[in-house]
Parts: sequence; structure tokens; C-alpha cells
Amino acid sequence: MYNIKHSLLTAAVATCFLAACKKDNAVTPAGDNTVKSTLSIQFDNIVGDRNLQLNTGVYTNAVGEKFTIERLKYYITNIRVKKSNGEEFVVPKDSSYFLVSEAEAASQFVKVKVPEGEYAAVSFILGVDSLSSVMDVRKRTGVLDPSGGMDGGMYWEWNMGYIFFKMEGTSDVAPADPSGRHNFRYHIGGFGGYSAPTINNIKTINIDLTAGGMAKVRQGREANVHLMVDILKMFNGATNVSIAAHPTVMFGDFSTSIANNYTKMFYHDHTEN
Amino acid sequence: MNKLQWWLLTCFGAFLLACSKSEKIKEQVVAFAGFQQPAGFPSPAYKFANNKVTREGFELGRKLFYEPRFSRNNTISCGSCHLQTSAFTHHGHDISHGIDDRLGSRNSPPIMNLAWNTTFMWDGGVFDLDLQPVAPITNFVEMDETVGNVLAKLRNTPPYPALFKKAFGSDNITTADMMKALSQFMVMLVSDQSKYDSVMRKQGVSFTPDEQQGYAIFQQKCSTCHQEPLFTDQSFRNNGITPGPNNDEGRYPITLNPADKYKFKVPSLRNLAYTAPYMHDGRFYTLQGVLTHYNSEVTEMPTLDPLLKANGKPGISLTTNEQQQLLAFLNTLNDQHFIKDERFSQEAIQ
Repeated sequence: MYNIKHSLLTAAVATCFLAACKKDNAVTPAGDNTVKSTLSIQFDNIVGDRNLQLNTGVYTNAVGEKFTIERLKYYITNIRVKKSNGEEFVVPKDSSYFLVSEAEAASQFVKVKVPEGEYAAVSFILGVDSLSSVMDVRKRTGVLDPSGGMDGGMYWEWNMGYIFFKMEGTSDVAPADPSGRHNFRYHIGGFGGYSAPTINNIKTINIDLTAGGMAKVRQGREANVHLMVDILKMFNGATNVSIAAHPTVMFGDFSTSIANNYTKMFYHDHTEN
Repeated sequence: MNKLQWWLLTCFGAFLLACSKSEKIKEQVVAFAGFQQPAGFPSPAYKFANNKVTREGFELGRKLFYEPRFSRNNTISCGSCHLQTSAFTHHGHDISHGIDDRLGSRNSPPIMNLAWNTTFMWDGGVFDLDLQPVAPITNFVEMDETVGNVLAKLRNTPPYPALFKKAFGSDNITTADMMKALSQFMVMLVSDQSKYDSVMRKQGVSFTPDEQQGYAIFQQKCSTCHQEPLFTDQSFRNNGITPGPNNDEGRYPITLNPADKYKFKVPSLRNLAYTAPYMHDGRFYTLQGVLTHYNSEVTEMPTLDPLLKANGKPGISLTTNEQQQLLAFLNTLNDQHFIKDERFSQEAIQ
């Protein structure tokens, strides 16, 4: 141990001196030389066959409960694109975190830089991958910075982890809180656990673009893959979610049923090239 | 001073000469030792590689620890419920009163030897010290504030921007810099100078016969969970105290594993004289009460720790005499130096 410390110190001191002498001769690291252009992926939130309107739209789920939505946010991360020849490009991790919010129009266009070419498929994680869920606070910047407030925040501080998907609203079938409001709250997360295994709601979504239109990424243009996100599918699916029976779902076993439902929300409508 | 420290000094000296800095800086650099690994302690769990403790970072962390701007109405600081005189817990409070005198549901744990903690909080729901402060800051009954608001307040409060620049090279205060500074202060809160430590390090001190007997009983009946020298094995266990009125299920909501129901983090036994009351909800006001529990009040539950039902009957049988000797030994784990160390005190803030 002593020897290791000793050599580390020597190295550290040597580095100090060297750093002082070093001139500006840094070489740009040789990277991927492919020309990259912007690909836009649009997340257009809808409810069945109707556009989602926060606060005012009234919708009905499969068990016949009427509800309105006041807040909808979810993480889209770890984006990959694939050409028809199978060639895949993985967007660098640090440029691949987005928080889509129904209240912020700009957030619904996820823009990434990918090599020019024609893409037949895109994939992404709905949520935050497990490595990013445990990484150093210094790397948690932008939408992963836990300094977003509790109310709009997408982070559980008491059971560390990101909230992948948050939807809140009102429904007469939800029990009244002390202020008389009938709120429902779905906060879905769970990256599998740090020191003990627990629920994992990280979902990878694969979207085929061949039927709706391949994305042609080239300079000077911004191809836009227009996805529909039918949030009614969060309620209606393998498990039909009843607001009366489950007005609040956060970190608990039932959240996996909701997560399994909401993986089916996404479909490709068309591409604007 | 050992060889390593001499080597450090010499190197710093050489470096300073090369840079021709003032004598004043040299003195400061030499005086601040940073995190020191105590003899006989295991390797720390905290990733020092991601947050080297510097004098500037530590002092900034100390100022932040005692900063009431962390709470919504600028009334509650970390130090409000973690007092140095009580080994950084809230002496005399079963549960603490936070902002607007709202009450919490669990006993404020002491902040000591956190550098060795693998998880934090009674249920282990936090696994990174650098992100722990988000919990009390945003908790409705503790500080009821947002991290974003705290950052905004600090950015507008001199001398914080300048102090952050000194510590981290930028006066644009970020979540990461704030958390890293707090961690630097917290990992420095090392308690390793109790009588027990002096005995173990053979520094010319020895146990009294009662303490020695108590130590033997401890090793026989307590040390599996309260593992030396930190006096916790960092595990989660159900020690047979009946669920309280709020039916706190402990670690279960963190893992959703039914086997974790009513399990809580095994607390360290260091500094017990300053950290009463005891248990996750502070239900025992005296150590005698705790020993009585283990001797005769352990409740049989499905998740009761197997070590507590080893002898057919739940609990750890201890005669009155053994209890007295055990208490004598536990008293040797109190670290006067820790609770009086001026480096950690609010008064040290300039």
C-alpha cells in the first residue's frame, strides 16, 4: 500500500511539473469522420383518436372511467438508428437524454446528430438506463440534473432513481384529497435496484419506419420522424388500469403492469423528409 | 509524522518553490491534511477519486452544512437536526422537527464515518452520499425546498460564488459542485478517537475489568451485526421491535421484497452517549431500555433476524451483571474529541 501511494505521489508531482511546462499542442482526437446531420423524432401525444389537450380534454379509458390529464412527462434516452442494410448508429450517450413534456412544445422534438443516410428503424429507451441511474452527480447534467423541483421533478430522492414516466390528472372516480380534488398520479420508474434487486421498468422501444416512410438524413434538411404516442394505451392493454382501483401508482409492484402497457403507446405515423 | 507525510510535505514544498507562491499559501496547504485513513479501519466506500477533499471544498461544505438557505423559508440547516455536540444527530428528539415545526417519522441518524457507508438513511434508499442531500432538501417536513431554488439563492448570496470558484474553479454554482462540497465536509466527520480506539491501537490505555468483560460479551453476542471497528456491518435487519403506530416497514418500500419488511440499517454503536434516543423511531431513551429489549422484549415476526432466535426463545439473554459490563464497554466507544473538534463546528465558519 505504501509503495502504491509513493508511486502515485511521484506521478502526481511529476504531472504537476509537466502540466506547468506543457504548451498548447493538444491534438484533436481522431473521431468518426462521417458527415452527420440532424434527425428529428417527434413525440406527438394523443389519446386514442383525439389530440391530447391538457386540463380541458375529457377522455374515457377501457373500464369506462372519465379523466382529464394535467401533466405528462417522460424520458426518451439511448437513441439508436438503423439503416435497411442493418448498419446501426448509436447516438453518443451524453447527447442522448431527452425529457418530453406535453406542456413544452419544443421538448416534443427530440433532435440527434446521425450520419447521413436512409434509416429504416429507430429505437430508444423510455426511461433512464441503469448505468445512468447510478452515475456520479457530476455527470448528471441537463435533464438528468436532480435540481428540477419536486412538483415537476422526475427524480425520487428517497429511493434514488429517476421517474421515467409521469402522468397526473383528475377523475371523479379517484378519491378526494383534503382539498376536495380527485387526483390520480402515475409516477413510474425503477431501474432494477442498486444494492438489492427490485423492479425494472426500463423499456426499449423499437419503431420500424419502412411502412410509414424511411428517414432520409442529409445536410441542409431535417428529416422528422413523426411518432404518435397514444397515452390511452397506458390504461388499456394487457392490464386494463382502473383509476378507481389504482388512483396513485408510484414505486410498487403494480407499476410494472402500467409500464408493460405503455410500451405499446408508440407508433410511426409518417416521416417528413 | 510518518514517512509518507514527510514525503508529501517535501513534494508540496518543491512545488510551491517552483511556482513561487507566498508563504501564506504554503502554510495553509501544509496545515490541511485532507481525509486521513484511520489505522485499523477498512478502506472507505466513498469514491474519493471523484471528489478529492481540499481545504477550500471542505470549508465550503462546512459553510453549506450550517446554511439555513437550504430550507424554503431559510430557517433550517443540515446542522439544525445534526448537532456536533450530539455526534451530529438530534439529541433528545425521537423524531425531529423540521420546517414550520413539522415532524418527521424517523430518528435523525448521526453523521459520522459516512465515508465507509455503502448506503444511507435507515432504509438504505440512498446509495450515493453525493445525492443524499436532495432528500432532506426536498422533504416536506424537513426543508421543503427545491435543489434548484437552493442553487438560485446561493448564486445570489456573496461570498458563495467566490467560494465555489476557489473550491471548484467556477462561480457558476452547479448541483454537482454543491453536493461535492457537502460530501467533502461529511466524509471528514470521522470518529476514531474513542477509548476503544486507543486500546486497540495500544496507545498506553487499557480497559477496566468491567469494560474488558463487556468487550468479551459484546464480541460473543453483538459483534456479528455491530461489526468492529465501525460497529455496523451495514446490513438491514429486523431486531424485533414491534412496528410503531405508523407501521413503518423499513427497507421493504425500497426493494419491494417481502423478506425486507420491518428491516432497518444496523446503526453504529459509536458515540451512543451523545445520540439518544435509539432505534429508527427513537423509541428507547436509554441504553438500558435497549438492553432490556434485547434481553426480554424481542417480538417474534416472520422477518425477525435469525440471529435473534438462535436459542429457541427470541432475543439475546443477558444477566443484570452482563448488562452492566456491556454498558461499561459501550461507554468506551464515546469520542469526546469528535464532538469537540473545532474543524467541524459552526463557529469555525469565517
